[in-house]
Amino acid sequence: MSEQKLQSQTVQTTGHAWDGDLQEYNNPLPVWWVYTFYVTVAFAIIYWIIYPSWPFGKGWIGGLSSITYVNSDGETKTHSWNTRALLMEKLNKADAEQKPYFDKVASMSYEQIAKDPDMNGFILSAGKALFSDNCAPCHQQGGQGKIGFFPNLTDDDWLYGGTYAKINETITNGRHGYMPTFSEVLSPEQIDDLANYVASLSGIGHDAAKAAAGNTLFHSDTAACYYCHGADAKGRQVIGSANLTDKVWLWADVPGADTAEGKVAAIRTVISNGLNKGVMPTWGGRLSAEQIKVLTVYVHELGGGQ
Amino acid sequence: MQTGLEEQVALYQKRIPIFTRSVKGRFRRFKTSVLVFAYAMFFLLPWLPWARSDAPSQAVLFDLPGRRFLIFGLTVYPQDVLWLALLLFIAAILLFFVTGLVGRAFCGYFCFQTLWTDFFIWIEQKIQGERPARIRLYRQPWDREKVLKVGGTHFAWLLASFWTGMTFAAYFAYAPQLVVDFVTGQAAAAAYITAGVLTVSTYAAAGLMREQICTYVCPYGRFQSVMYEADTLAVHYDARRGEGAHGRASARAGQRALAERHEKGLGDCVDCGLCVQVCPTGIDIRDGLQYKCISCGLCIDACNTIMDSFGYPRGLIRYDSEKNLAAAVPAKPRVEWKRLKTIGYGVALILMTSFLVYSVSTRGSYDRTVNQIRLPLYVVLSNGDIRNRYQIHITNKAGQEQTYVISARGVPAGALDLGSFQEITVKPGHSGTVLASVRLSPELAARTKHFELIITPRGKPAEARSETVRFDSPGRPT
Ligand code: SF4
Ligand code: SF4
Repeated sequence: MSEQKLQSQTVQTTGHAWDGDLQEYNNPLPVWWVYTFYVTVAFAIIYWIIYPSWPFGKGWIGGLSSITYVNSDGETKTHSWNTRALLMEKLNKADAEQKPYFDKVASMSYEQIAKDPDMNGFILSAGKALFSDNCAPCHQQGGQGKIGFFPNLTDDDWLYGGTYAKINETITNGRHGYMPTFSEVLSPEQIDDLANYVASLSGIGHDAAKAAAGNTLFHSDTAACYYCHGADAKGRQVIGSANLTDKVWLWADVPGADTAEGKVAAIRTVISNGLNKGVMPTWGGRLSAEQIKVLTVYVHELGGGQ
Repeated sequence: MQTGLEEQVALYQKRIPIFTRSVKGRFRRFKTSVLVFAYAMFFLLPWLPWARSDAPSQAVLFDLPGRRFLIFGLTVYPQDVLWLALLLFIAAILLFFVTGLVGRAFCGYFCFQTLWTDFFIWIEQKIQGERPARIRLYRQPWDREKVLKVGGTHFAWLLASFWTGMTFAAYFAYAPQLVVDFVTGQAAAAAYITAGVLTVSTYAAAGLMREQICTYVCPYGRFQSVMYEADTLAVHYDARRGEGAHGRASARAGQRALAERHEKGLGDCVDCGLCVQVCPTGIDIRDGLQYKCISCGLCIDACNTIMDSFGYPRGLIRYDSEKNLAAAVPAKPRVEWKRLKTIGYGVALILMTSFLVYSVSTRGSYDRTVNQIRLPLYVVLSNGDIRNRYQIHITNKAGQEQTYVISARGVPAGALDLGSFQEITVKPGHSGTVLASVRLSPELAARTKHFELIITPRGKPAEARSETVRFDSPGRPT
């Protein structure tokens, strides 16, 4: 107790004096604090030994800890600890965790997958991730597509067919849509007639007389539209020609035009310029068969699957 | 020029060992009962059985892998994080409220640090004896007796620390199984790490650092001063009464009776030092209120014992407010709650607590969220129909598997399409997702802005909940 009293009553200084009278109070650190500091120093030294931390020549000293992982060529590699090796290890682990699911995907039919509640969760998450990584740059998040560029995958209209098998085929092998240019074959009036006819097919405001002329032209060998789009203008999925009688548009920005004239003009543009841009890359070499299967079910579930 | 070098100045503050004397009295009894109650709760709770169908039969189980807390009949899921927020808020307000009224009541009686230190001191005293014996032992060279007694104390501390850590780990796994696994080396690494870290930290905090935790580590001890007011009750030494005109003095012959003392101008404090000897933080309360005092009241018990033995009135050291001590005629100390701040805290406390109780008691057996899929907002189908899609997420919070049926109100029959899942069965504590789509003709779509999705647990129509959702359409005629 007496010691305590002394402490609280005498003012201690560090014993140094500058400029004659400038002194510093001595407020010593508690011992436990100092020990904690020593522990952090010891921790740092151990850390230096275990992890790469020192530059050495052109490289660095790797440290004692190491990471073993399997690289993409299937070789097992052991590397001193670094974040890249750590990533490889984690990716391997994630792959291993997903493997049972992908194995299940491989062994089940599309319908079975779609009806299994457990797999449903997997498709929704894994399919979404795969879609976002690979497909969303063109087809947009959620598969909503972009008029004039990339088809909307959430509607019920399919250029090449929307069954599981067709979707899988499209993803695996890719597609290349093409329509010839008609500006050199037909006169502007003829193209206008055709555009009015196409507009009439899906109930858009049009000029009846022009549409009648367009109807004749459509089925004549001059324009030969029926050759690809079919005599009923419903398109042919074997070659990916569009169904002109439905309300879904991909190449002509009909929904974007406010007036009937604008809509017809949008159709006219496509007829006169043709198309050579409906290119879907092949994914067969880039994604595994199971990944494509997951994507197939996911795209089918986006709303348009047949 | 340098001066003062001849005086040896320590570079670091050395811990002054504290040997507390045991004491009997009101506050000691209160402290002990809190300790016994708290220990019984902490150490026995994980062993309390509770019938459960889908989880180990343990009344309180923090099931981290299952992402839920099982607390008796209540299951708390991560989405109930609001409850945790409320609980923390209530705890904070309660602390402010109590501190404003009676100072550091928490520190002295309820804080883990206090409870465990108290228990460790009790062990120390049982092995090494009362204060004088412990001081003697401390000064004694390291002979057989000292090694045995001090070693034994530390061993007992380590055992107590280990069981503390073990018990903590038992809240996160089925306790009987955990203990068996632990001994046979089969338990999860997390169990060993948890028990290990808690053993070491308990041993260090309650055995070695003790009051240093309160004075250097604990932030509450530092900021509680802002919650003190002149009306706040705290442990005070009544200096006016204790010191008199000429200060404290021992009760020698001739100054033993109170009348004699007052005649000589002496205070009531007989300078026995007992209040200092019992203090777990090693301070002298007679120096005035200080930040190291944890308000444990042991010095009150000590002083009252002395006062009783001399036949003086009790309460030389007592819970009192600064205001009352300074008053010309001190009144009986009492809790002053009629202040804006305390009333404010009190109201907040009542509001938050009722909200929490309401929220817990009205919880449903399942959680649902319905999100409209916004990419794209709507789809025009080939025949011109408009389709909107919704993601329905159902979390089953009930104890058993449940099937949920989904229906729609406000749209024609047949407009709702649930794809492959007409209804969904969800395991307890799990979630399921259903994609629903609603398809309307353009005319109907233009008229429909909202409709309702209804989720009904099968067999429990009373628990059906509906959710109003938007229906989006192009907005301009095609
Ligand atoms: S001064 Fe009294 S109340 Fe404060 S910590 Fe010491 S014994 Fe407890
Ligand atoms: S216990 Fe009471 S009488 Fe004894 S020294 Fe402390 S204040 Fe004075």
